[in-house]
Amino acid sequence: MLGYYLTLALRSFRRNRVLTALMVLTLALGIGACMTTLTVFHVLSGDPIPGKSDRLFHVQLDPEPLATYVPGAEPDSQLTRFDAEALLRDRHATRQVMMTGGGGIIEAEDGAVRPFLESMRYTSADFFAMFDVPFLHGQGWTAQDDAGRGRVAVIGRTLNDKLFGGADSVGRQVRVDGTALRIVGVIDDWLPRPKFYDLNTGRFDGQEHLFLPFSTAIDLKMGTSGSSNCFGGAPTNDSRALNAPCTWIQYWVELEDPAQADAFKAYLANYSAQQKAAGRFERPANVRLRSVMDWLDHRKVVPGDVRLQLWLALGFLLVCLVNTVGLLLAKFLRRGGEIGVRRALGAARRDVFVQAIVESGTVGIAGGLLGLGLAQAGLWAVRQRPTDYAALAHLDGAMLLLTFVLALVTSIAAGLLPAWRSMQIAPALQLKSQ
Amino acid sequence: MDIRPIVAALGRHRIATSLIVLEIALACAVLCNACFLIAERLALMRIDSGIDAPSLAVVALRGCDGCVDADVNARALAAIRGLPGVQAAGVLNATPFGIRAGDAGVTLDAEGRHFGGVPHFYAFSRDAIETLGLQPSQGQGFEAADFQPIDNFLPLDAQVWITEAFAAHLWPGEPAVGREFWMGEYHFRVAGLVPHFARPNPGRSENGVAGAQWSVVVPVRDEAQSGVYALRADPLDLPRLAIAARDAVAAAVPEAVIDMDQSRPLSDLRARYFERDRAMAWLLLGVIAAMLLVTALGIVGLASFWVQQRTRQIGIRRALGATRGDILRYFQLENFLLAGLGIALGMALAYGGNLLLMRHFELPRLPLSYLPLGAALLWLLGQAAVLGPALRAAAISPAIATRSA
Repeated sequence: MLGYYLTLALRSFRRNRVLTALMVLTLALGIGACMTTLTVFHVLSGDPIPGKSDRLFHVQLDPEPLATYVPGAEPDSQLTRFDAEALLRDRHATRQVMMTGGGGIIEAEDGAVRPFLESMRYTSADFFAMFDVPFLHGQGWTAQDDAGRGRVAVIGRTLNDKLFGGADSVGRQVRVDGTALRIVGVIDDWLPRPKFYDLNTGRFDGQEHLFLPFSTAIDLKMGTSGSSNCFGGAPTNDSRALNAPCTWIQYWVELEDPAQADAFKAYLANYSAQQKAAGRFERPANVRLRSVMDWLDHRKVVPGDVRLQLWLALGFLLVCLVNTVGLLLAKFLRRGGEIGVRRALGAARRDVFVQAIVESGTVGIAGGLLGLGLAQAGLWAVRQRPTDYAALAHLDGAMLLLTFVLALVTSIAAGLLPAWRSMQIAPALQLKSQ
Repeated sequence: MDIRPIVAALGRHRIATSLIVLEIALACAVLCNACFLIAERLALMRIDSGIDAPSLAVVALRGCDGCVDADVNARALAAIRGLPGVQAAGVLNATPFGIRAGDAGVTLDAEGRHFGGVPHFYAFSRDAIETLGLQPSQGQGFEAADFQPIDNFLPLDAQVWITEAFAAHLWPGEPAVGREFWMGEYHFRVAGLVPHFARPNPGRSENGVAGAQWSVVVPVRDEAQSGVYALRADPLDLPRLAIAARDAVAAAVPEAVIDMDQSRPLSDLRARYFERDRAMAWLLLGVIAAMLLVTALGIVGLASFWVQQRTRQIGIRRALGATRGDILRYFQLENFLLAGLGIALGMALAYGGNLLLMRHFELPRLPLSYLPLGAALLWLLGQAAVLGPALRAAAISPAIATRSA
């Protein structure tokens, strides 16, 4: 029966070419716009470290003065160096890392390449194991390097290609801001998107090519980048000093299960209370421990423009849907006579209904196909745009499937009312008026 | 023309009527909000940065190891000023549309109880102020003694200029010259007001568009900082001079690395800064166009169906003496009524949609002036879309009334 209905649907398309084309075009426009924005949204709101995102947690304390305290308000998103180093010493989590972004001038060992600026990350040793960083050669440095301010570095694949022509450079040297660092590892292409561990230095395109121990970077007085917030009435000459009242360090921990997470949170509250007793903290304990996805959600990582576009596209799809309902209604009711004859010849109301739905669904599939083309064009346009996430806008398998599901659901939803109306057409009345 | 028969006829086609009304209402809601969003972007892109961008360029140095500021400045400025065509040059910490140097929260009292807002602090030498062409509209210029060395971030106690926008935010309706504000231990006194001077990231800071011009100009000594240089030249010479200055500084200070990304004419930096907004405005325009097209097509489709369905009725009316004009006007008036209903509903939807957008995207309230604009546009669109089917209806001959179907 379905095959017969499909034939009927195609025949009816041929008869009402303009009306059908209008419907297909309308649906295609709506679906194309919707899929373009949905894809961008999907890519940007994805899990940057699947499989581990529920075990990595971002840590916040509240070291600011009581004078500006608002109960319940969010504590600063970063830690002071004093607190970060204290937590790192305590080692209460399975793994823990303190870090900040930075940058400096890189020179090749042999001076073959002109000196250039590069973005870097100053971090502690657990970074690589914690974030599942893939190594091409060698490995990360050790906690001993952290403690001993080791002159070591891990470089990215691109930098390795640039400096060493892609050879295994472990054991060789690179000069950073005039100091020679020994390369202990080369990492493969690795760029979690968004760069969840530090949202201050390029969320979608801020690739770092060189990693070195935090203690080494401090020792060498290397420049940091990212956000820094100093508070209290005593400005220091060095906001990076151990006791400076400034927050500028990202702190992450790896915890095995919710029980350990609860215990860690209690430990943070306890640490805050101790600091308060010691006179360093003034506010009541105000700590946060957020998993990766909670953290991304909290920081509203999907750009406002993208969310706005998604809303607009959904609104547009709704307009297209209402429009298609109207056009389908016009089409079915115009065939009132034909339906009346079919009913008089014995077709049940159900048959008329199913036939109408099949016809709507066919329009939907055609609209979906065209919409897919429009979505690809839309994504191409997004990729031409000057945003940091532009390069990410590609349709994947899941979104491809969703396109057709959306097209079918939309067109069948649009067909419900017209199908129900055409089912109501009485056989006798139509025959009489013929 | 009597509208009662039209209303009665519409009453018999409730579903088709409600569909058209709903479609126009949705279109109206999206249209008003999208137009408003475009206007917001355009307003941001038109911001008066307070400086004459076409005649200014920047050279930025990064990462100079073990340099002495005064020495670097002397060499860099000498190299820039030595280029024929350069009218002025100076060292500064930041420019509008460039890298931010320092946002900081200020308070209206020394104890830090009354929070004032987060302006951007510009630290300028006398040469830099002259190069940018900043002049106070109220109050006074800086004395030679006002240019001080920097203590970490800024001088501890300074005479400053602030923008009129920031003054109006700190002391609404009150004279600002001579007032004081604080940032921790740092103390500032307002010596003058500049009409406009945008922060490096206008519209994208904590306070959005409202805080786009919250800038503080702090006079500092030339040797207090190094790294960013502004130069002024004839706009015709500037593109060439911007590159020449970059190369000259690179040669004069070989131990530093030039930040190529930031070393450009200011109009380039400005254009790049607003690229995203321009793209968004075009996208919104695209959405509006597609939606109007779809709405128009819907009206054409339904109206054609309607005309076909009523062919016999129209024939009878024509036979009874209705002119072609009467039939045409009937469909036009009918569409006008439908659009009116849709617009009325759409305005409520537009307003509700705006409230939602306000909650999620920190947008201001939709100005009421957008509603009649959207209404007029949709009425016009409806009339244009219905014209074709209505003309076809008017062309139906009275003889059709005598036929059986």
